[in-house]
Amino acid sequence: MGRPPGGDGMARLTIPAEELMTPGHLGCPGCGATLAMRYLLKGLGPRTMLTVPACCWAVMSGPFPQTAVRVPFLDCAFEATGASIAGLRAGLDAKGVKDVTVVGFAGDGGTIDIGLQSLSASLERGVDAIYVMYDNEAYMNTGVQRSGATPWGAWTTTTPVGRTKPQEKKDIMAIVAAHNVPYAATASIAFPEDFVKKVEKARAIRGPRFFHVLAPCPPGWKYPPEETVRLGRLVVDTGIFPLYEIENGRYRVTRKLGTRKPVSEYLAKQGRFGHLSEYEVAEIQRRVDARWTKLLTLEKATEAIE
Amino acid sequence: MQAMLTGNHAQSLAAKLARVQVVSAYPITPQTTIVERIAEMVASGEFPAEFLEVESEHSALQACISAAAVGARTYTATSSQGLLLMHELLHWASGLRVPIVMGVVNRAVAPPWTIYADHTDTVAQRDTGWIQYYCESNQEVLDTVLQAYRVAEDFRVMLPAMVTEDAFFLSHTFEPVDVPPPEAVDAFLPPLEMPYALSVERPARFGSFMPPDQYMEDRRNVSDGMEAAARVIADVEREFAERFGRDHGGVLPLFGCDDADAVLVVSGTAASTARAVAREMRDEGLRVGVAKLRVFRPWPVAAIRAMAAKTPRIAVLDRSYTFGFGGALFQEVRNAIQSPRGGALVRGYIAGLGGRDIMPATIQGIFEDILAKDAPEVSWVGLREVTEWPG
Amino acid sequence: MIPVRALRADVPSSVELTGTWRTFRPVIDLARCTKCNVCWKFCPDVAIVLDGQGWPVIDYDHCKGCGICEVECAPLAIRMEKE
Repeated sequence: MGRPPGGDGMARLTIPAEELMTPGHLGCPGCGATLAMRYLLKGLGPRTMLTVPACCWAVMSGPFPQTAVRVPFLDCAFEATGASIAGLRAGLDAKGVKDVTVVGFAGDGGTIDIGLQSLSASLERGVDAIYVMYDNEAYMNTGVQRSGATPWGAWTTTTPVGRTKPQEKKDIMAIVAAHNVPYAATASIAFPEDFVKKVEKARAIRGPRFFHVLAPCPPGWKYPPEETVRLGRLVVDTGIFPLYEIENGRYRVTRKLGTRKPVSEYLAKQGRFGHLSEYEVAEIQRRVDARWTKLLTLEKATEAIE
Repeated sequence: MQAMLTGNHAQSLAAKLARVQVVSAYPITPQTTIVERIAEMVASGEFPAEFLEVESEHSALQACISAAAVGARTYTATSSQGLLLMHELLHWASGLRVPIVMGVVNRAVAPPWTIYADHTDTVAQRDTGWIQYYCESNQEVLDTVLQAYRVAEDFRVMLPAMVTEDAFFLSHTFEPVDVPPPEAVDAFLPPLEMPYALSVERPARFGSFMPPDQYMEDRRNVSDGMEAAARVIADVEREFAERFGRDHGGVLPLFGCDDADAVLVVSGTAASTARAVAREMRDEGLRVGVAKLRVFRPWPVAAIRAMAAKTPRIAVLDRSYTFGFGGALFQEVRNAIQSPRGGALVRGYIAGLGGRDIMPATIQGIFEDILAKDAPEVSWVGLREVTEWPG
Repeated sequence: MIPVRALRADVPSSVELTGTWRTFRPVIDLARCTKCNVCWKFCPDVAIVLDGQGWPVIDYDHCKGCGICEVECAPLAIRMEKE
C-alpha cells in the first residue's frame, strides 16, 4: 500500500457514517432504490419506523426471517401506505412514543397510481409523517409495466415499441403541493449530500413531509448497472428531474443549473428510449425546457413566502 | 347502570369501556352512529383515543392494523360494501395476528343498493381468519365487544374479531342495557400486551414474504389460533358471567333442544323470533328447539355435533346467500355432522335477505316444513312469485 | 410460552452471501486511491467499508459486481476484473 496524495488518517465523510441498511439484500446489481433507502436512513437515524407496501423493496428486504434495515419495517397493503403511516403515528402517540419518525417508503406505482387516494388523505389530514416515493418510473417489481410516473415515450412491457407511453409523467410534487404541506422535495440518488440534508431538515418539521426520489433501474431502463449514479446525475443536470424544495408553498431550486446538458445525452444511454426518433427527442427537449422555465418562474413567484 | 341504548351506541360505549386507544373508521349506513358517538366522546375528552377520520374502509382497517402493530388497542366498525372493501385487509389482520375488534352492522350487499339487514357481508368473509360473533340484543352487543377483546388478545389466539348486529333491528333500536362500571371492566380486561409489537428498541420486519417451504407452516399456526379460540371463547364467557351476572350462552345457546323432533339453527335477531315461535309451538305439543349460532368462526363443531346427536331433524336458516349448494351455515352444519352411519337430517332455508322481515309465520313455516316427511334439501322461504319484470 | 409464531423477521440480511451473484469483481489499487470515499458512498450493497485508516475495503461476501465504484472512482483506482 502506498501513501495517498491526501495523507493518512480517517476520511472525511460528506454523509453520516452509520449504516442502517445491511448488505445481502436482494436488490439488482446497481439498483437505485437501494441507494435511496441507504441515504434516507442515514438522514433519519435509528429512531425511525418504516412502512412499505408491495414494491421492489418488499422483496429486496429478503425472505422471512431476514430484514435488510436496522429499523422496524412494517409491510402494508399496496394501496394503503398513506393509511399505514397514519396508523403507526396514532399507535405510537397512544403509547406515548413521540420521538420516533414515521416513514412511508413506496414505489411510484404504489404512490402515484394505486396509492394516491390514501396518500392524498394522509396529506389532507396533516398526518405527522414523512412519505418517500422512490421513483423508478414503472411497475418494476412486477416486471416493468407502465405507471403514471413513466415518462413520455418510454418503452415498458405495457407500452411496447409502436405504442410507447403517449402520456406525460404525472407531476406528483404538484399534487402534493396542492395539499399545502409544510415540506416537499425532490432528490436523486446521485446527490446523496443534497438528499441527506433535505431529510435532516424534514425530520425537524412537524406535519406531512414528502420526498420524490429518482431511482434509476438497470433492468427496467435497460442500461448496464455501473451507470446508475451517472444517470442519476444526468437526469438532474439535463433539467429533466430538477432538485428543488417546496416549503410552505415556497419553491426553491437546490441545485442550480447553468447550461443544461442536452436531454439526448441522458436518453441515449437507456434502451427504454432507444426507439425514439430525432423529432421525439427534440420534443422531449422542448417539454423539459418549458418545465424548467416554469419551475424557475414558480421559484421567483414564491420568493416572498416565509 | 341501566341505559336505553341502540345497538350502535352499545358498540361505541363498549369501545370506550375497553379503553380502546386508536379508532379509525369510515361512515356507512347503518353503522354511522357508532362512529359519530365515538367522535363525540373523543371530543368531550371522556374517551381519550386517537381518532382517525380516514377516507375509506380499506384505509380504516390498514390504519388499525398499523396502530395494532405497535401495540395499541384498536377498534373500527363498518357494514356491507365497507366490509367488502376491507376484504384484502381482513386477511392482513389475521395473518399478522393483530387483535383488532370490529363492529359490523349486517347489511345486504349491492347491487342493487340496500341498507337493510342480511348476513351476506360477514358470512362472505368467513375465510379471512376473523372470529365472528352474531348478536341478537343490544346487551349482547355491548357485552360481546368486551369479551371479544379478551378473546382476541389472548396469547393462544391473537386473532381479530367481528361483533355483528342486524341493520336497524339492533343498530337503530333502543333497548335497555346494563352498562358495567369502568372499574369492573378494567378488572376483566387488562391492557393489551403484544409480545411482537414493533419498536425501535427491537427492530424487525413485520409481514415479510415466504417461499413455499415455509408458508404452509405459517398458515397452520394461524389456524391453530382459530382452533384455540373455541376454548378461549367458552372460558371468557364463563368468567364474564361470573363477574357481570350475564351469560349469553356460549357459542351455541340452546332452547328446547334436549328432546326436540326438529331444531332450527339460526343467527342474529331472527333467533329471538324463533325462540318465541318455538315456545308457542311447544305449548301446542310440538317438540321443537332453537340453536342460536352465536359464534360462526371458529365453527363450533363440537357444540353442533352434541346438539345434533339428540335430534333427528335440523333446519338451518341462512340469512345470507353464497351461491353454493344451500347456504353457508347449512353446508357447515351438514359437514360437521356428516356421518356414514346416518345422523340428523339437515335442510337449508334461505330467508330474510335484503332486510325482508323474518316473521313468526316464517319460522313456523320452516318448522312445519322440516317436521314433514319430505322437505326439500334447500329452499328459499317467502319468495314471491314475480309475474312482471320491467325492462 | 407464546404459541403464536408471528411474522416477526429480525435476522440481518447479511446472512445472504450475494457475492455469489458476481461476474466481475472490483479490485482497488490503493496506490492510486485518494481516500475520497466516493466508492463507499455510492455502493448500493453497503459492500465497501472503510478500515481504521480510511482505506476502502471490498466486502467480497456481498459485492454483486455492479461496477458503480469503478465508474465513480475519479483517480481510476478501481478496476473490474472477471471472476
